[in-house]
Amino acid sequence: MPMTNKIFDVTELNEHIKALLDSDEVLNGVYVRGEISNYKLYPSGHHYFTMKDRDGSLRCVMFKGSASKLRFRPENGMKVIAFGRVAVFPRDGAYQLYVGELTPDGVGDLYVAFEQLKEKLLKEGLFDSSHKKPIPRFPATIAVITSSAGAAVRDVIRVLNARWPLSKVMILPVRVQGAEAPPEIVGAIKYANKHKVADLIITGRGGGSIEDLWAFNDERVARAIYDSVIPIISAVGHEPDVTISDFVADLRAATPSNAAELAVPDIIDMRQALMNLEIRSGQALRRELKALRQRLNDLSQKRVLQSPKNYIDDKRMLLDFQSSRLSAAASRKISLSRERYVRLAASLDAMSPLKVLGRGYAIACGPSGVIKKASDVKSGEKIKVRLQKDEISATAD
Amino acid sequence: MDKMTFEQAVSRIDEIVKTLEKGDAPLEQSLSLFEEGTSLIKFCGKLLDTAEQKVVRLQKGPDGAPEESVFDVTE
Repeated sequence: MPMTNKIFDVTELNEHIKALLDSDEVLNGVYVRGEISNYKLYPSGHHYFTMKDRDGSLRCVMFKGSASKLRFRPENGMKVIAFGRVAVFPRDGAYQLYVGELTPDGVGDLYVAFEQLKEKLLKEGLFDSSHKKPIPRFPATIAVITSSAGAAVRDVIRVLNARWPLSKVMILPVRVQGAEAPPEIVGAIKYANKHKVADLIITGRGGGSIEDLWAFNDERVARAIYDSVIPIISAVGHEPDVTISDFVADLRAATPSNAAELAVPDIIDMRQALMNLEIRSGQALRRELKALRQRLNDLSQKRVLQSPKNYIDDKRMLLDFQSSRLSAAASRKISLSRERYVRLAASLDAMSPLKVLGRGYAIACGPSGVIKKASDVKSGEKIKVRLQKDEISATAD
Repeated sequence: MDKMTFEQAVSRIDEIVKTLEKGDAPLEQSLSLFEEGTSLIKFCGKLLDTAEQKVVRLQKGPDGAPEESVFDVTE
């Protein structure tokens, strides 16, 4: 046993190894690819797992702070890429990877992230059909938020021109892939809304790989589409897969060309529709005229208009009849009146003072008028005595 | 009528045709509605015949307000 070798105690050795690892630049920030196993989330909020590949494994820990930025839930079997520092955990005499960032590795895990986001937004109600706005029938201005290069924008312009040249087309160029794409797309949607530049938005891109169109699965883009007051047609050309943007949008199109078809009517159909309206209004008016003419005809059949002479004769006969009835009634009334008159005259006559005088009565008048009693006249005054036909002059005693 | 949008004109034509088809308006009104409808249909037809697509590029101007410019498809 060489006497020059130091004898370490365990802690010392662990510390030695720790210092070694801490001084290594590579290990201070390294990307590691592997598959998750033995995953456990502790109540503390820290994630503990092992990353393994065919020949080896590596202990990992992701503390709560770093884990809060995770955009997906780590699960056993997931292939991931971790970024962090390798350091010694002296208590266990082991080294582990302290994970700062974790992302899914490969297409399969992109799908997992997609499914998890889709479920989250679905639960929040971002896909609710009750929230979807109707697309205007004749949009005056259409904002197209897409790349200024490539087939998508050309296709949209071409189809819109063929179908409905009346709509003004406004291009808001943005990047449609890469990390800068989501903020640019969000910015354009918000800008269009803020300045009310259009009555309809088409956003999307042409076909590409899953990674290429990932911007349209971004949560920020989804929320901007949801919040938009202007209706949005989402057109991400990648059948049969549907992006998150497609779910949130007010209308989904299979491709950018399809979006243009859905956005506007077809000018040919509209010309036909106008022609039909013209025909219908002409027919309606002709029907009405025909009905009125019929009414006029019916009225003209009536007797008064057909033969005025007969009508008048009828009326004349009626008049004669009425006037003879009138005469008869008048005559009857006159006779009745005459009888009454004669009766009244007779009774009046009977009460006449002249008739009374004829029966021997006389009226005596003195200087002061008719004498009713002896005191009405003084002795020696002249009296006139009126008989029926003559009178006597006398003097009172 | 010149200030009408295509949408407004089409709505009015629809209204007129419905009224005429009901047939209970007095004759003078029907005749004048028919005339109005025919004019509007001509107006819409003219809009369709003379329409030319306008394409612009929209950008944020120096003061933040929207600015339109010519749009060329870049490759």
